[in-house]
Amino acid sequence: MDIDFMISTMKTLLAALPMTLALFALSVFFGGILALVIVWMRVSGNAAARNFAKGYIFIFRGSPLLIQMFLIFYGLGQFGFIRYSFLWPALREPFVCAVLSLALCTAGYSAEIFRFGLRAIPAKEIEAARSIGMSGFLLTRRILAPIAFRHALPAYSTEVVMMVKSTALASLVTVWEVTGVAQRLIAQTYRTMEVFLCAAIIYLLLNFLILQAMSLLEYKLTPHRRAAPLFPVPQR
Amino acid sequence: MIGFGPTGWGGLLLVAALMTLCVTAVALLIGAILGSLVAWAKLSGSRILRTIGGTYTTVFRGVPELLIIYLVYFGGSSAVTAIGTAMGYEGFLGLPSFAAGALAVGIISGAYQAEVFRGAYLAIPKGELEAAQAIGMNRSLRFRRIIGPQVFRFAIPGIGNVWQLSLKDSALVSVTGLADLMRTSQVAAGSTRQHFLFFIVGGCLYLILTSFSDRIFTSAEKRANRSMPTSLGQA
Repeated sequence: MDIDFMISTMKTLLAALPMTLALFALSVFFGGILALVIVWMRVSGNAAARNFAKGYIFIFRGSPLLIQMFLIFYGLGQFGFIRYSFLWPALREPFVCAVLSLALCTAGYSAEIFRFGLRAIPAKEIEAARSIGMSGFLLTRRILAPIAFRHALPAYSTEVVMMVKSTALASLVTVWEVTGVAQRLIAQTYRTMEVFLCAAIIYLLLNFLILQAMSLLEYKLTPHRRAAPLFPVPQR
Repeated sequence: MIGFGPTGWGGLLLVAALMTLCVTAVALLIGAILGSLVAWAKLSGSRILRTIGGTYTTVFRGVPELLIIYLVYFGGSSAVTAIGTAMGYEGFLGLPSFAAGALAVGIISGAYQAEVFRGAYLAIPKGELEAAQAIGMNRSLRFRRIIGPQVFRFAIPGIGNVWQLSLKDSALVSVTGLADLMRTSQVAAGSTRQHFLFFIVGGCLYLILTSFSDRIFTSAEKRANRSMPTSLGQA
């Protein structure tokens, strides 16, 4: 194994890491917000909203991300009313298309995860909150959201790792992130194994850090699940 | 344009959907073999085997699928070329894209299936294994009568999830040029300049594949659990 080649490959790949991180952060952010809207529609009393959310989740979870991304990147441009609209300068950019399709896709998966989090809330806690007069936003803010989020966190961290992996597809719509650059290096040098190793190390490290951060967050958010301290902490 | 006949893409798209199914099925089979080996390694007493198994599942679940497909396709091609050169053939030999695709998706699904099998094995009540040992069943008999059937039953929902995942991963195999559903939609879209139409049609065919296979797995689960009491978690 050629150490010099590995080092130079690593440098080239690390130069593309900010692009991967930008794709990841933006799509998780927007996808998370969209997922909240979708899950709100999914559990709402309105049949139209509920069916829309069901359809959304079915479509975005049932078809491959790549075809969604191509649909947005190649498909939208063929309509005149989009090409001449104010949105076109944004939708022309591959980066915007990639973030848009990643966010739309992860919203479908995350909405299901959040819904299972909501379902895990004990009914009596909601009843208790209602009986002391909480409703609407206050109930959501104080009872539903915190409990659901804590229940959803383990599954959501898996979804977030999936998103890191999904950013690789952006290279197929000409966004030069780590996998795209790795593919170009493989095609130029034919040293598949070395380039793969370097890229794999980057992704594994990134995923490891994200999982650590998520489990730290989970630990911080669930003090009640930890064992009680052996000696009572003196109260001030 | 999506009709059948000499100018329609309908027939080609259906053949491509069949190709997607074939790649995924072969990949699932490869993944089942790899997955059971890795699950066995992870459950074994040997520390070396456990480390190997753990590394396999971490790497192939943590690295983008596209990168693994590139590894298998390009790496496999250079390996084949090296073998060809050793046997006296000059020039570049490519790995067939079907084999490369099925192998790559199989390696990925193997990592997920290993976890499914491991979880299913751990779900077997310990008392049953002890009881089997106590009445003198040897290893292979124990596997055949007690472990195998139960692992299979517990694993069906998980395998269903892996199948859905592999079905969607198989779309990435299109980068190697295999004429699967993704690739054919892309070619049709490019040559007719009707991108939106053909990606919608391709996406709908994928939705049909995923929802149809979801039904099959649900009914398989029901059938496998038909002798089980339906009390917990089953609606």
